[in-house]
Amino acid sequence: MKNIHCKDITECVKNLCIKANCILNDDVYAAISKASEYEESEIGKDILKKIMENARIAHSEMKPICQDTGMAVIFIELGQDVHIQGGFIKDAVNEGVRLGYKEGYLRKSIVFDPLIRKNTNDNTPALIHYDIVEGENIKITVAPKGFGSENMSRIFMLKPSDGRDGVINAVMESVINAGSNPCPPMVIGVGIGSDFEGCALLSKKALLRPIGTFSDKEHLKSIEKELFNKINSLGIGPQGLGGRFTVLGVNVVCAPTHIAGMPVAVNISCHVTRHAEEIL
Amino acid sequence: MRKDFKLSAPLDKDTVSILDAGDSVLISGTVYTARDAAHKKMIEGLNEGNNLPFDIKNSVIYFAGPAPAKKGEPIGSVGPTTSYRMDAYSPITLKLGVSAFIGKGKISKDVIDAMIKYKAVYIGAIGGAGALLSSHVIENEVIAYPELGAEAVHKLTVKDFPGIVVIDSRGNNLYETEYLKYKK
Ligand code: SF4
Repeated sequence: MKNIHCKDITECVKNLCIKANCILNDDVYAAISKASEYEESEIGKDILKKIMENARIAHSEMKPICQDTGMAVIFIELGQDVHIQGGFIKDAVNEGVRLGYKEGYLRKSIVFDPLIRKNTNDNTPALIHYDIVEGENIKITVAPKGFGSENMSRIFMLKPSDGRDGVINAVMESVINAGSNPCPPMVIGVGIGSDFEGCALLSKKALLRPIGTFSDKEHLKSIEKELFNKINSLGIGPQGLGGRFTVLGVNVVCAPTHIAGMPVAVNISCHVTRHAEEIL
Repeated sequence: MRKDFKLSAPLDKDTVSILDAGDSVLISGTVYTARDAAHKKMIEGLNEGNNLPFDIKNSVIYFAGPAPAKKGEPIGSVGPTTSYRMDAYSPITLKLGVSAFIGKGKISKDVIDAMIKYKAVYIGAIGGAGALLSSHVIENEVIAYPELGAEAVHKLTVKDFPGIVVIDSRGNNLYETEYLKYKK
């Protein structure tokens, strides 16, 4: 049994909110850099170079890479042998978000009610996903999600007979529909299986896998490769102004599902796909 | 296609009419930020007989909501937001005299028709390049709806703010033409 204090959870979340929003992860930066070398469109190449310059400015000045510093989506893997002291974990996490968004000069983009739409002014509440795992650590991942791209995400309740082609078509339809809106080049997370809400969560978790890596399941890896090539043949290009690079990466994950169904969720993200993690 | 063509904002309609889709521009002068909530308030205000918070004739509206400024800096990161969410309001602001929108992503046919009718251009700024774009903002003042936070109307003084004319005042539209050149 290990004791972890709420103060440490708050501190950790605060730092991760700032880090995730100001420092673009190496895998994403490397993918943009590679795209800028191979991009055939002149405008596209210039845009990719400016996107890299933007990431460098953000890092050196510790300014948010993008002004949409997102909804604070937080994944917590809580070891079953951890004892949390000094308060309630949910409050500790939200306090971390509150402090991180304040001290990091991050934008507050959360309204307390979807219809009344009044800003909470501190970017809380965070959207927290808990997993109970073995061990005596807490792993915290902060993945701020902007809504220019989130708004383009879709769920499809496919039939088992739709098979692999059904998955490919669902993703292509989503990407074509998204077009220039989610600040291409995009990153796509695809969740297949589980149920209605389960596939959505899978697709979001898929975005956490480093860009440029593939699924260790052969049948998913082949879908990832096919989608990467197909999407980059659409010509949408950086910012939708034409070019070779519409996506930087496609990450597909799957989970067991029901005999009668094949849910597919397509979570669209942008070139500012962010997350930072720490183990306590 | 012009490269790094200098524009001053407010933008007169004669300059608007010579711009072509594909021109890259550098904007200096005054632009106003407004996104969903500010547009809603402005149009509701007009319907109630109030004036708009700024002189809209020949104005440049930037669809954006900045991140907060650090001490000693005018503004935080400030890239464009997705423009289609303002489609319901844009034909009205165009009729009132807007010369240019700065945003990202496709806009509706109704908006483009109004752009042709009232002479206006749609300028794309790089979505997600908020830190870079903020370095082109020299002054920033909230002039309306401070209660909206990031969604308030900000009057920005910009210098060489980079953009690309995506849709010109004759309706030429890079979102419709450019992808075809790279489609396989
Ligand atoms: S889609 Fe991404 S890059 Fe574009 S504005 Fe939203 S968070 Fe920023």
